[in-house]
Amino acid sequence: MNKTLLKIKHSAKDVYDKIMKKQKPIMKFPIRSLNNVKYDPKKGYFELLGTKKVRTLTVNTVKTFAQTLRMMALSKEVIEKDDIATKREVYYVSKNWEDAKFNEQPESDTVMDDIEAMFAVNREQLGFIPEEKGGDVAGKLIVIDKDPTSGKGVRIDCTKFGSGAYSVPSDVENLKFETKAKFILAIETAGMFERLNRHQFWKKHNCILISMGGVPSRACRRFIRRLSDEKKIDVYVFCDNDPYGHMNIYRTLKVGSGNAAHINEYFCVPKAKYLGVTPQDVIDYKLPTHPLKDVDIKRAKDALKNDPFVQNHKEWQKALQLMLKMGVRAEQQALAKWGLNYVIENYLPEKLKNPKSWLP
Amino acid sequence: MTKTRADELAKKQREISISEFFTKNRHLLGFDNPIKALMTTIKEAVDNSLDACEEMGVLPDIYVGIRQLSEDRFKVIVEDNGPGIVKEQIPKIFAKLLYGSKFHKLSQSRGQQGIGISASVMYGQLTTGKSAKITSKTGPRKSALFYELHVDTKTNDPEILKDQVVEWKKDHGTRIEIDLEAKYQKGKRGVEEYLKQTAIANPHVTITYSPPSGEEIKFLRATKEMPKEPKEIKPHPYGVELGMLIKMLKDTKAKTLQSFLMNDFSRVSAKVAKEICEKAKLYERSRPGRIAAQEADNLFKAIKNVKIMNPPTNCISPIGEDLIIKGLKKEINASFYTSVTRPPSVYRGNPFQIEAGIAYGGDLPGDELVRLLRFANRVPLLYQQGACAITKSVVSTLWRNYGLSQSRGALPSGPCVILVHIASVWVPFTSESKESIAHYPEIIKEIKLALQECGRRLASHIRKRKKAEHEAKKKSYIEKYLPHIGVGLRDILKLKESEEKKMLKILKDILERSRK
Repeated sequence: MNKTLLKIKHSAKDVYDKIMKKQKPIMKFPIRSLNNVKYDPKKGYFELLGTKKVRTLTVNTVKTFAQTLRMMALSKEVIEKDDIATKREVYYVSKNWEDAKFNEQPESDTVMDDIEAMFAVNREQLGFIPEEKGGDVAGKLIVIDKDPTSGKGVRIDCTKFGSGAYSVPSDVENLKFETKAKFILAIETAGMFERLNRHQFWKKHNCILISMGGVPSRACRRFIRRLSDEKKIDVYVFCDNDPYGHMNIYRTLKVGSGNAAHINEYFCVPKAKYLGVTPQDVIDYKLPTHPLKDVDIKRAKDALKNDPFVQNHKEWQKALQLMLKMGVRAEQQALAKWGLNYVIENYLPEKLKNPKSWLP
Repeated sequence: MTKTRADELAKKQREISISEFFTKNRHLLGFDNPIKALMTTIKEAVDNSLDACEEMGVLPDIYVGIRQLSEDRFKVIVEDNGPGIVKEQIPKIFAKLLYGSKFHKLSQSRGQQGIGISASVMYGQLTTGKSAKITSKTGPRKSALFYELHVDTKTNDPEILKDQVVEWKKDHGTRIEIDLEAKYQKGKRGVEEYLKQTAIANPHVTITYSPPSGEEIKFLRATKEMPKEPKEIKPHPYGVELGMLIKMLKDTKAKTLQSFLMNDFSRVSAKVAKEICEKAKLYERSRPGRIAAQEADNLFKAIKNVKIMNPPTNCISPIGEDLIIKGLKKEINASFYTSVTRPPSVYRGNPFQIEAGIAYGGDLPGDELVRLLRFANRVPLLYQQGACAITKSVVSTLWRNYGLSQSRGALPSGPCVILVHIASVWVPFTSESKESIAHYPEIIKEIKLALQECGRRLASHIRKRKKAEHEAKKKSYIEKYLPHIGVGLRDILKLKESEEKKMLKILKDILERSRK
């Protein structure tokens, strides 16, 4: 029997038995936050510490308790039918639960995250998939997927999308790869990805380009992880020079997040390196800048104070302190000051040759 | 003879008339700006009307009208059903500053210094050039008198412009019309709010208000019970200041110092009078008029060192707990009312009495600071809230103990109106505009005691309400969500209907028994 199904049944049985013994049932969830993770650079990702929150069934928790049980029942149904439901669909299914329905999707997402963490599985194993797109891929890579109806293998050549790109599916677990590329370049913005793709940057540098479109989705993170592990290729990340690009995007890709710490092990890319843009680049390349916003400053200070990843890497502490001292941020596109293709002809080739200018 | 510098200066030195003083210091009397000028005028006229009606023992029916004449010019009309004023007194009362019946006696009344209404007449005259129009009638068979009056600003004497007999339907009463430069303002410190608060603290009064625009508003009386008539008392030795003492020594009819002390003050027995004289090293049979300044000072100091019984307190007329609640109920829609009347107490030889009331819930907005209604001798105090001893007492009471939220050094917040009334033969205002109470520790202590008692009753009400809400919420939560726990477990564990029912029954018991 499916492991997740067993976990659902066990946990429901616990609740039932407790009630029959006239005791208040409880559920235990690991706390999902940066305070409850540890970072060991050797392992390379955020691991969950032991702290758990116990939710006892009382008048105040009866609604969440009911919703959790009903979502577990829905997960069981989806798994048994070998079907899937998107997060949005789950939210809509709840609209049929009368008083127990979710008013907004963030409520149902939170319950889903709780169940995920409680069972230490990822939501795809619960039969639920995200809405978000996985990310775009172009370059020297052949992805081997299955045709959904015939089940036969399909070879997808990522050099053959012209000015478009291959799009990462939400479940990447069964994909296979063929590539001789030297490295993967993961890019924050779709605009920069498009520029590099249009000028076939991947051809000249024998690489794979991936557009993350902001904070990478789990599928995108897992795709990069599996591809880089199996084909033993390096991963370089190219983001805006601001605390969001450094912490929310790069750090999440490399070591995972506090919120999804129970699955970070599989959804992170510990070997990723930060290519740019760094605060030092802003000085070296005389980039145009904008002042840091209050939220940027807060984010950088929080990271310096609370983020176990930053605390383990002096280089990052220096970089964030330099950025705070300069008081400015710079976007990837700021390189266009020196000409639209300066990034292709000068910046990236120079940076690739000079690993000392990267951040860990 | 050569002229000295002093001679030259003497040419410029002259008596400053009280009216000139007023024009230069109008802020002292509540005429700082056009908005306040309008309010002060109405306040003085209404105070006088209410005092007059109560002295006569009739239930007051007051009309207040404001007409806008031009952008910054208004006509104020206040009419009452009081005893009216005799012919000779009319010009002096309305057109001579510092003339009145209340300044010389010590008893609880609204107006106190007698400067009020004539100041409004003069203000109107200075800003518009118009005279004040007075109509008064003292009885059904008397004829009504009509006067047009000016204040002579040099001599502070009334100038009569018109004096005639007119027809007036009323049996008795007084009507005053004053034109003045003013600005009309609605809202928290507006005329309507002032009248509304007056109606709360005086539930025996009916007020008809006709604003410059919009419909007439009626504040109807909630009781026919007249307030107990306040008694006049003699000053208590502890309450007089040196200057006052010297004046009393000069004016007294008593032949000896001892009889002066016994007859002109309250609570001074022959024994106490002797003791004072001994301490002051003065002969008890001296003629009061011959006491020199230095001796008066000794007398003044001696008084402080002799133990004298507190003044009688039966001279005070509080609103009363029932009537405070009636007053609040008729003007404020709330779900809970309470009030406390403290026993009388004394500050500096002056008897006073504190009352407090609270209205809570109902239509009152829940997330704002509470509204504080301050009253002195039944008159609402609308300005200078921050400087007032009442505000200080409310702020320094710990309302969080009583179920309201409160930030440090601020009024509490919640759906609540707090009323505080101080009644006294001599209310210690911080300035002549009579808008805030001075910070005497005895007064603050009494206010806080009254507020704490109200607070305890409020807390008990809030607790009961919260408990009822919690119980209702608990019940509805259990009814709403328990079935879904049943559905979830049934779907996962494939429970039989009987198993599900049995489980839910147990669970319901568990939840209902638990306190959380």
